[in-house]
Amino acid sequence: MIVPASAILARAIRALLLAALVGLMLVPSASAMRPPEVLPNAQQEARARALQRELRCVVCQGQSLDESNAPLAADLRRLIRERIQAGHDDQAIEDYLVARYGDFILMKPRFDPATYALWLAPPAMLILAGAIAMSVVIAARRRAGQN
Amino acid sequence: MSGEIGQLALALALALAFVQALSGLSGARATGERARAIAASAAMGLFVFVGLAFGSLVFAFVTSDFSVLDVEQNSHTLKPLLYKVTGAWGNHEGSMLLWVLVLAIYSAAIALLRRGSERLTSAALGVQGLIAAAFLLFILFTSNPFLRLDPAPFEGAGLNPLLQDPGLAFHPPMLYTGYVGLSATFAYAAAALITGEADGEWARAARPFMLIAWVALTLGITLGSWWAYYVLGWGGYWFWDPVENASLMPWLVATALLHSALATERSGAFRTWTLLLAIGAFSLSLIGTFLVRSGVVTSVHAFANDPERGVFILLLIFLAIGGALSLFAWRAPTLESGAAFHPASRETLLLANNVLLVAAVSVVFVGTIYPILASAMGTRISVGAPYFEILFAPIFVALLVLVPLGPRLSWSKGDLKEALRALWPAGAAALLAALLVLALVFPRTLAGAGAFALAAWLVGASAVDTARRGLRAHVLASALAHAGLGVTLIGIAGTSLWKSEALELLAPGEEVGVGGYSLRFDGVARAIGPNYEANRATIDVMDGNRIIATLHPEKRVYPAEQQEAIETAIRTTGLKDLYVALGDEREGGRWTLRAYVNPCAPLIWFGGGVMALGGIVSLVARLRLRRASAVARREGLVKG
Repeated sequence: MIVPASAILARAIRALLLAALVGLMLVPSASAMRPPEVLPNAQQEARARALQRELRCVVCQGQSLDESNAPLAADLRRLIRERIQAGHDDQAIEDYLVARYGDFILMKPRFDPATYALWLAPPAMLILAGAIAMSVVIAARRRAGQN
Repeated sequence: MSGEIGQLALALALALAFVQALSGLSGARATGERARAIAASAAMGLFVFVGLAFGSLVFAFVTSDFSVLDVEQNSHTLKPLLYKVTGAWGNHEGSMLLWVLVLAIYSAAIALLRRGSERLTSAALGVQGLIAAAFLLFILFTSNPFLRLDPAPFEGAGLNPLLQDPGLAFHPPMLYTGYVGLSATFAYAAAALITGEADGEWARAARPFMLIAWVALTLGITLGSWWAYYVLGWGGYWFWDPVENASLMPWLVATALLHSALATERSGAFRTWTLLLAIGAFSLSLIGTFLVRSGVVTSVHAFANDPERGVFILLLIFLAIGGALSLFAWRAPTLESGAAFHPASRETLLLANNVLLVAAVSVVFVGTIYPILASAMGTRISVGAPYFEILFAPIFVALLVLVPLGPRLSWSKGDLKEALRALWPAGAAALLAALLVLALVFPRTLAGAGAFALAAWLVGASAVDTARRGLRAHVLASALAHAGLGVTLIGIAGTSLWKSEALELLAPGEEVGVGGYSLRFDGVARAIGPNYEANRATIDVMDGNRIIATLHPEKRVYPAEQQEAIETAIRTTGLKDLYVALGDEREGGRWTLRAYVNPCAPLIWFGGGVMALGGIVSLVARLRLRRASAVARREGLVKG
């Protein structure tokens, strides 16, 4: 099959454009003194930092994205920043990551039927222990009063 | 040869452990005089043979005897001598042997010190013998450090570089002294239940062991946290990692136990509760050992693990906890405490301390265990720092607010108004601290003002206490321990609220500012260590044009282990840390550099040291008191 010259030309131009684009991305701009993972906008950067403290590096040993050297963690830190720059809000980014990696990625588990016991057991323990201690104090006062 | 000696010593130790268990327990009967003598000798023998086994293992590591599998897997000829020695317990098998060695030392101490009645001591030795036998079986059948490798290779696989660190070399022995010290307290509690002598006596007998365990746990946790801070390179010092939690839980319960036992010793109050805490503290030590050694959690600490070992330890936990609790259920109802005290009394404050500490333990316990249970049921969730901080912080704040009241209230019947009046200087100090923080420190945070106020309240109350009651040992002990809490709190608040950080990509000659310092990057040079190669950066800390310090953070490669490790550089003023970690090399000869300024950070560990010092003061005073009373008794005999 003969390919028309115009099509070859079009393909060549597309390839050149693509190469230029890739080239642009590879060449660091003169002002990029900071590592690419730090956002220029301080407020956005602070949001990213807060988010990555709440998210787990899923291949690490209990570290958050904020404190992991793993390549996956670096990728996710980058992904969070891309989404912040694209205008997504924190909840949307979190939801996206949960959809992709499951609840496992949340350092702070959600409050839902699977975690009711997790969130409520310690306060229940506090109340129970407090109640027992109260009853001990009341009984001790009664005894002390009798003496 | 050392392998065979070690193996033989372990087998003999196992036999002696059984002898100690049987004779110790039968010595708990009133007529068991001969059994008691045998139990004491068996305890000394156990110590000798476990010591011999441990010595053989250290010898094999120092001489790089790669015909021993454990040495081959965890050592290397080029490793510095210190890490050859500490490498002996930087692995699963060796660390379990260290565990039993510490247990044997405690058993020998129980036999030598003979605190408490003869029957009580004997029963405690019996319980210790049972624990030793169980752990020796565990070592011999699932974790034998003396397995041979034939033919012996010329070189070993090396030790995880993270573990090649002086801080970590002494962290495990310290923690084990704590974990296993709680076994001695547990043994006395079980002995009290067995002999029925469960008034205050056992608590008095067990007190030095309780204190040693608590001091060692405090120091072990402090050391571990400091290690994490300077080794991991992110400036964090506590990660709520399951293995950290495993050491925190026994510490919290041991703290509750130390306080509750005070009341039990004095008047027999809360005696059942104190017994339960002693059982709980050691149970949590065992659970901690299970978490670390079984591999149910992944962590830097779980350097070797397999399910078979997990099942064995789980079985041991069920036997120990189940046995102790059955004994408790059977005997405890006869121990009606019947304490009588007024609501405004030290007893009430001790109860409040216990309620809050138990609640704090339940947070750590549930948060650590829940993900394991959830994954067993097919859902994977993470429980990270935010969960623990939300639940743990309010409980601990409530606890710290109440701490100063305890020492100021008398036993049985105190005067709350009088106590609060006496504490006015501490209250004033708290108010002043809050106002100063709000006025002088930026960014302004209420949490920061609150934390400093609380710290001033604690330290101030300790000062009030020593001023009012005089510089006596038991006053000084509690004052130091309580003030240490305040100091640590300042460290935690300072770093978490006012930390500054910078992450920059730097070419040689470029500068970056962080928290008032200016850092000039002077490039990276190759450096060769004994068993690693490093990229060593030179960073000048500038004040205007003047260089005030030069830091050398490194990035190391350990060829034998084929692992990388970073070496942070920290410049501390004692009140503030400048913390620098070298990242990776990027295009154009630039390097990423992470720098933090952590205000108050050193106080976190300094406070831990102050707390431990309080425990040491109390321990020394106890032992001297005992000697003094022994002398008095002897003189009394002479005169009489």
